[in-house]
Amino acid sequence: MSTALLLSVRNLRVTYPGDEGDLVAVRNVSFELGRERLGIVGESGSGKSTTGRAIMGLVAAPGRVEADEMRLGGTDLSSLDESGFRRLRGKRVAMILQDPKYSLDPVMSVGQQIAETHRCHFRSTANAARAAALEMLAAVHIRDPERVYALYPHQVSGGMGQRVMIAMMLIAGPDLLIADEPTSALDVTVQHQVLAIMDDLVRSRGMGLILISHNLHLVSSFCDRVLVMYAGRVVETCAAGELAKATHPYTRGLLASLPELGRRRAELPQLRRDPAWAEG
Amino acid sequence: MIVLEHVTVSYGTGTGRIFAASDVSFRVEEGAAFGLVGESGSGKSTVLRAIAGLIPHAQGRVILGGREMSTRRSTAERKMAQMVFQDPYGSLHPNQTVDQTLSMPVAIHRLGDSDRRISSVLREVGLGREHRYRYPHQLSGGQRQRVAIARALVLEPRILLLDEPTSALDVSVQAEILNLLARLRQLHGLTLLMVSHDLAVIAHLCERIGVMSNGSLIELTSADALASGRVTHPYTRQLLRSNRGFDRSGAEIVDAAS
Repeated sequence: MSTALLLSVRNLRVTYPGDEGDLVAVRNVSFELGRERLGIVGESGSGKSTTGRAIMGLVAAPGRVEADEMRLGGTDLSSLDESGFRRLRGKRVAMILQDPKYSLDPVMSVGQQIAETHRCHFRSTANAARAAALEMLAAVHIRDPERVYALYPHQVSGGMGQRVMIAMMLIAGPDLLIADEPTSALDVTVQHQVLAIMDDLVRSRGMGLILISHNLHLVSSFCDRVLVMYAGRVVETCAAGELAKATHPYTRGLLASLPELGRRRAELPQLRRDPAWAEG
Repeated sequence: MIVLEHVTVSYGTGTGRIFAASDVSFRVEEGAAFGLVGESGSGKSTVLRAIAGLIPHAQGRVILGGREMSTRRSTAERKMAQMVFQDPYGSLHPNQTVDQTLSMPVAIHRLGDSDRRISSVLREVGLGREHRYRYPHQLSGGQRQRVAIARALVLEPRILLLDEPTSALDVSVQAEILNLLARLRQLHGLTLLMVSHDLAVIAHLCERIGVMSNGSLIELTSADALASGRVTHPYTRQLLRSNRGFDRSGAEIVDAAS
């Protein structure tokens, strides 16, 4: 499945300078991505979102991004400036954020927002952009694209809002989609619908997908491969289906602390953090 | 301990009237733990708020500890059932220290002996003396939720109402809070009523479970029945499937409904 190498990251470090010394959010993260679905799991503060943002060039100053290598296809990401990233974002790599309520522009109709992305990247006419946006809305299984095109973000449900986000992110045909907790704000049954739509589009277009999530069940059942992050480091990499057989004590601890249907325990095992995990 | 008979909560009037909960009945024995599951908008939090007296119910009866609750509750009636909210970032006053947050209810209910009560309740929820004079922003998410639980417990309630108490927390912290709740229930013989969208969390803490959808209680079941998949309502089956990880068959049914 990972025939062509899409993204390679070697020794990525993200640092935020502070009064009491530098805060290292991501330390020496290395991975490669083909046309596959890669999951990044970890708890809050593990650096999983920061990794995704670094690839998008979205780490704001004074945060510093350094890497021995960070390449997307033929482009060297570590040498790009802001205008270079602006051309890249949307067209080559796109990102879906957690909550469509906050990530969509509240004063613009959802259709216009999708069309705007098309116009930015293809310099298309208003009519062509509108037609492309309507087509994209249909592709994310929205029944009446004409009606939904004119709706504002507050008028759509969470599930529909997230499908609009997917439409907006895929309209410029990126090679890589980074989804940062795309379904955490949605109800469980709607989550699967949104994931299925995202999965179909990513597969049919031969894209790579990075799914960032704290939900171990979701990542192991949806992705091909999983990176487990702790304190800014990748502590374990495994095939998604093999997550249950993970060996690192952190991964094992996380899995054990999940309540499980059909396995009632008087007390859940609590994670004991070993400072050595952060050093590795 | 908790009896609900045909409870209906509605907002608005006439044609704009919306039934957030309609004709909900169930009972929870003293010392038992009851869970309500359902998706957003299913009315599970509405039922919890009606029991807490935060919103008035239009019809039906809410009976707590053998007493029927009226629209205006006495201080003693309020003391009996205390609530812990979902988001510990939003439910604690940002400008008040843990000490101030905990002394307020003690003062309102004129319980007295504030100092001893606060230090003992902090110990019970696993917080130390060093946390007592901190502000919420100086605490982690798990510590804040411990403060929220302490805030409810300081009044020595008989019923604890929990509205998604762990959904804003990481799984390792969730395990700590669930263990804490189980221990406190044992220690004080508390009756728990917990609302969550996570079936595994609900089934871990609660023996009996009600499933809500569109404001109605559609199925009353038990944790054991859920675990073995012995559920009757198709919606409960779907929830059960969704909780087991990504599954396309779960996705298609919803599509038909949206």
